[in-house]
Formats: sequence, C-alpha cells, structure tokens
Amino acid sequence: MFSRLLGRSAPSAQVAKQRLQLVLVQDRTSISAETLNLLKDEIIAVIARYIEIDQEHVQVSIAPNNAGHQLVASIPVRSSRRERPLTPRANGAPPAA
Amino acid sequence: MASQVITITSGKGGVGKTTATANLGIALAQRGRRVVCLDADIGLRNLDVVMGLENRIVYDLVDVIEQRAHLRQALIQDKRLPELFLLPAAQTREKTAINETQMRALCAQLKTEFDFILVDSPAGIEHGFKNALAPADQVLVVVTPEVSSVRDADRIIGLVEATEKPAPQLILNRMQPTLIKRGEMLDIADVLEILAIELIGIVPEDETIITSANRGQPAVLLDHSAAGAAFIRIARRLLGEQVPFGALEEPSLLARLANFFRR
Ligand SMILES: Nc1ncnc2c1ncn2[C@@H]1O[C@H](COP(=O)(O)OP(=O)(O)OP(=O)(O)O)[C@@H](O)[C@H]1O
Ligand SMILES: [Mg+2]
Repeated sequence: MFSRLLGRSAPSAQVAKQRLQLVLVQDRTSISAETLNLLKDEIIAVIARYIEIDQEHVQVSIAPNNAGHQLVASIPVRSSRRERPLTPRANGAPPAA
Repeated sequence: MASQVITITSGKGGVGKTTATANLGIALAQRGRRVVCLDADIGLRNLDVVMGLENRIVYDLVDVIEQRAHLRQALIQDKRLPELFLLPAAQTREKTAINETQMRALCAQLKTEFDFILVDSPAGIEHGFKNALAPADQVLVVVTPEVSSVRDADRIIGLVEATEKPAPQLILNRMQPTLIKRGEMLDIADVLEILAIELIGIVPEDETIITSANRGQPAVLLDHSAAGAAFIRIARRLLGEQVPFGALEEPSLLARLANFFRR
C-alpha cells in the first residue's frame, strides 16, 4: 500500500497487462524481442552514418494498429541547440524566456 | 434452433474447461434441451467424475469410433436430468486413437439426436485439440485472469480464427472481485481489450465449484452457488436470450448472506 503511494511498484494487474501486450505482439508476429534488438542495432548503425542521432534513446517496437501490426522506430536527432527545438509558434506568441 | 456443436477449449490446462462443460450441459438440459457432453480428453478423462457418472461407463468414444459398440450403448443418461447424456473418453488410449474426420462424422450423427453437443477439449494445441475443434459450430474459450492463461487463449483464438468457423467467445473464469478492486488481478476490461473477442460470461472464483466437484454434483444443481448462477446465465445466452452482464456478476447480497448463515 505505502510502496504504491510512494510510486515504487505499480499494482500487479497493470504490470500483467503491460507484459501481456508486449509478449502477445511477439507471439502474434513471431518477432522476438531479440530480433528487434538486432534490428535496432543495425538501424542505428545505418542512420548514424548519415545523421547524428541520440543512440541511447532510439526505440524500435512492433505496435498493433487497426490493420494489423506496424514497425515503429523512434530515432531522436541531435541538434546543436537541443534545449530549444525550432517548433513553429502559434499566434506569434513571444519566445519563452 | 438447429443442433449445435460447441467446443469448450483453452490452450492452458486446468482453467475450467471440464467444469464449464459439465455445468453448461446441466443448465441447458434443465431448460429442456437434449444435450450430450462429449469428453474429447482421451487418456485423461475427467468429465465423467465431474458429472458424477463415472460408475456407469461401459463403452467409450473410441469404442464407438472403432465400432466395438453402438453409439446408443456408449451414451450414459444422467438420472437427474433425462435430457442429459455423457459420451465418455477412453482412459487407456492415446489422443491419436481418433482423427478429425471421425470426430466430424460422430458429431454429425449426434446432431440428429441432440440439440447441443458440448465438446470438452483437452489442453494444448496438438492433435487432441484439433480433434475437438474440427466438428465445432461454435467455440468457447475459457480463460482465467492470469498472464499465462491469457497468452495461451490468444494462441487458441488465432488458431480458431484461421479456420472458417465464427469468432470464438470468451468465458472468464475464477474472477476475484476483491483482488480486482485492489488492482492485483487483471479485470474484465483488460482481458477483453487484449484478446479482442466477444464475452459470453464471467464466472467468479467460488468454493462451491470444488465442493460440488467432490460430490459429482455440478454447481448449477445447487441453489446458492454464484458460479452455478454464472453458468446458467451463459447457458441462457447460448439459447439466444439477452442476459445483461452485471458488474463482475457478483453474487447478490442475499445469496452471500445465505451462504454466510449456512456456515
Ligand atoms: N470458478 C472456479 N472457482 C473455483 N475453482 C474452480 C473454478 N473453476 C475451476 N475450478 C477448479 O479448477 C480445477 C481445474 O478445473 P477443470 O478440471 O474444469 O479445468 P480443465 O481446464 O478442464 O483442466 P484440464 O486442462 O486438465 O482438462 C478444478 O479443481 C476445479 O474445481
Ligand atoms: Mg478438463
């Protein structure tokens, strides 16, 4: 009870659900976690030859979508001014301090 | 309504297939349907003891298929409910003693005499499961709210969906409301979201399942069994009735009080 209030462990049902969602994607597509890891390493190697990326935070996963499953890769790109990405501002609001 | 072969299966063992078959058979027969429960778990027969008919077996499924006995000789009529019959599995044979074609032929023959043929499938995804699946017009997948059971159910659902058969329906067994409230057991919505098939019933964890199996008197025959009541609701849904799903289908306060005072 206290450990949950302190955020140390999620209720086990939530853990069970997350584990199931991950393992079922592997079962349904016959793509193992190991295969995904190998794929991720190769993707990093290829992309890093062209672009400077944040290799620590690359994520490669299989996610269900309405048509079946899709391979999703999230590859953060390093920029020289990472703390202030160039996103378009709405309403011409003044830049944040 | 045309005769139907309903196969009760699960993938994982010990989740309640035999319990569901026996209780649904009784509930359907109580509602005036002619029902045969067919034990397809060759080598590990259990439906006979759960139904309390183990002392009356002379011939079995394999005897019929190998033409040592007529179907009539192997069918055991339940004395409690004259509309209910059991076709027992062979105990000393292997699952490979029969094949899918023979199962289809046998069930076609049973369909001329019965409204419902309930097939109790063995665990697993091999030969015995395929035999049980082959004749099915409808498939019920029994699952308990545990990671391994849900995972195996997903596998079974995939195998059923790969056939021409209609999508299977789900029986959620051994649900424990208090654990679910504490967030320590997968709840109905979680399991349905993950498996993405239609629900046909929710059966609570209930000690009357164990005591009634001890006596060979399935829980549906008892007055104050929450699990028995849940199986009756499933039987009514199989008969086409619209029976609303209660929140967790908990036993009514009255039933719980009655249980309390009987202790
Ligand atoms: N709702 C329930 N509440 C309490 N106990 C239950 C419930 N459902 C099943 N059980 C118990 O779980 C055990 C396994 O049930 P059962 O034999 O029906 O499973 P099964 O799926 O047929 O197993 P197998 O795969 O070995 O054929 C039995 O001891 C039974 O009494
Ligand atoms: Mg069984």
